[in-house]
Amino acid sequence: MSALLSLNNIWVEYGDKVVLERVSLEIAAGSFVSIIGPSGAGKSSLLRIILGQETPTRGSILLDGIPLKPECGPDRGVVFQRYSVFPHLSVLGNTLFGLECAQAPFTARLFGARRRAAMQEAENMLAAVGLGDSLHLYPAQMSGGMQQRLAIAQALIKRPRILLLDEPFGALDPGIKADMHALITRLWTDYALTVVMVTHDIREAFTLGTRVLTLDKRRHDPHAPHRFGATAVYDLPLTKRISPPKEKDKSITLDDICNN
Amino acid sequence: MRWVNRRIGRGNSILLGALPILLLALVYLVAAAGRHAANPSDKILPLPSGMAEAMAALLFQPDPLSGTLIFWADTFASLQRLGLGLGVSTLSALLVGLLLGVLPPVRATFGPLVTGIAVIPPIALLPILFIAFGLGETSKVMLIFIGIAPFMIRDVAAHITALPREQIAKAQTLGASSWQLMLRVALPQAMPRLIQAVRLSLGPAWVFLISAEAIASDIGLGYRIFLVRRYLSMDIILPYVAWIALLAIVIDLMLSWTSRRLFPWAHGANH
Ligand SMILES: Nc1ncnc2c1ncn2[C@@H]1O[C@H](COP(=O)(O)OP(=O)(O)O)[C@@H](O)[C@H]1O
Ligand SMILES: [Mg+2]
Repeated sequence: MSALLSLNNIWVEYGDKVVLERVSLEIAAGSFVSIIGPSGAGKSSLLRIILGQETPTRGSILLDGIPLKPECGPDRGVVFQRYSVFPHLSVLGNTLFGLECAQAPFTARLFGARRRAAMQEAENMLAAVGLGDSLHLYPAQMSGGMQQRLAIAQALIKRPRILLLDEPFGALDPGIKADMHALITRLWTDYALTVVMVTHDIREAFTLGTRVLTLDKRRHDPHAPHRFGATAVYDLPLTKRISPPKEKDKSITLDDICNN
Repeated sequence: MRWVNRRIGRGNSILLGALPILLLALVYLVAAAGRHAANPSDKILPLPSGMAEAMAALLFQPDPLSGTLIFWADTFASLQRLGLGLGVSTLSALLVGLLLGVLPPVRATFGPLVTGIAVIPPIALLPILFIAFGLGETSKVMLIFIGIAPFMIRDVAAHITALPREQIAKAQTLGASSWQLMLRVALPQAMPRLIQAVRLSLGPAWVFLISAEAIASDIGLGYRIFLVRRYLSMDIILPYVAWIALLAIVIDLMLSWTSRRLFPWAHGANH
């Protein structure tokens, strides 16, 4: 398998505080990487680096062999624990947004036939995450689980090369969480996604992931805890779950070559 | 039951809210009646009948000099100045606030300037405005503008800057450019806050309006109040003040209603 994303000797420092040091990773296309580690280990920092929201102090990141621009882009989708959806847009509006941005650079709005086509696509996407009946609700009217479903639909409609999740189910009730696990697993297979998920739930990391990374400090200076950063101390490929070959719905399958 | 837990129903809350106002009116009437019993030509606490009489002349009888109905001409002139001042301030708050809030380079360049202007007491600039724009309408509108726009700009900019970073990142992963982000993410979320800022600025705007009218004008609610003060005409001043209060409340209610109507998502879960 070829590496979709590769991180080479990444360092993240805030002032003189070293958060991440010497992180080198290769993430294969189609894998589901879970990242666990103690609170403050730098899991979110690592995800923000991959996302392009922050730049590493040292090191380089390649996506498909090309260095990443130091800003967010539509090739990387994201779902945060909170604030991932726009409170001023309805469910449908939230999902349409990505299509509108791509097709209408100046107005960021679509009209007529193009709008109808985009709405059809958005509705299909929302049906796939189980929000087919909630098109006109606003985020404030929805439960946390529904908001996360929306955030996922919103991200997937852009067909990202890689989907980044930062504790996406951390704030949900156990029952809802199980539903969401089923959903994300189904989407991962149906859409042939590559997923990097940060979680503090070890069981979640192992049930969902094909690979589990543990971020922690290798070295520790008791007098200056900020001197050393965390790195990937364990990297466990889970062979028990090989991405099952499946029949894919043509309309929602990722195009391997140019899916953006 | 603890006082912090007492909930007041809608009917009761209207009743309770009216109580102190009625009480105040009653105290005034008793005091006014007392003074008039002692001195029937008292001017300091006019009776309602006296106010009605004095106001009727301004409301219904054309002024012999200008031929206008003074009360309505005053109201129109003041509302026009207020409307212009608020309108220009609101537009610039939206435009500048948006740019300051969304674009860090713009914020770094112009943020300190806006902050600097905001700390100057606007009345101190009034002489400069009179010198620069003359004693006409422009300087009055400018006083309102200088008085409230910096606060509104800073409020809107701060609100946009405080939008969750996650939201801004998310928009970019959905392909939004700076312009699209401004248009579709920041602008709509700034709107309810902008209306809120207008509501908060309404009080200061009236202060600046009345000040400008008191100092240099020949028409307007503030001008009239300060004019008739020379004759101790409390029978005109009090109704004018009540009218100003009423106008302020109506404008505030209209803004509040507009915000709820246009931006239901910003006002709680029930749309
Ligand atoms: N912008 C920042 N400035 C300074 N320190 C930061 C910043 N962001 C994160 N940190 C620090 O980096 C460390 C790792 O943070 P984070 O990546 O959020 O950890 P995790 O997600 O693993 O809990 C924490 O100690 C945090 O205080
Ligand atoms: Mg975190």
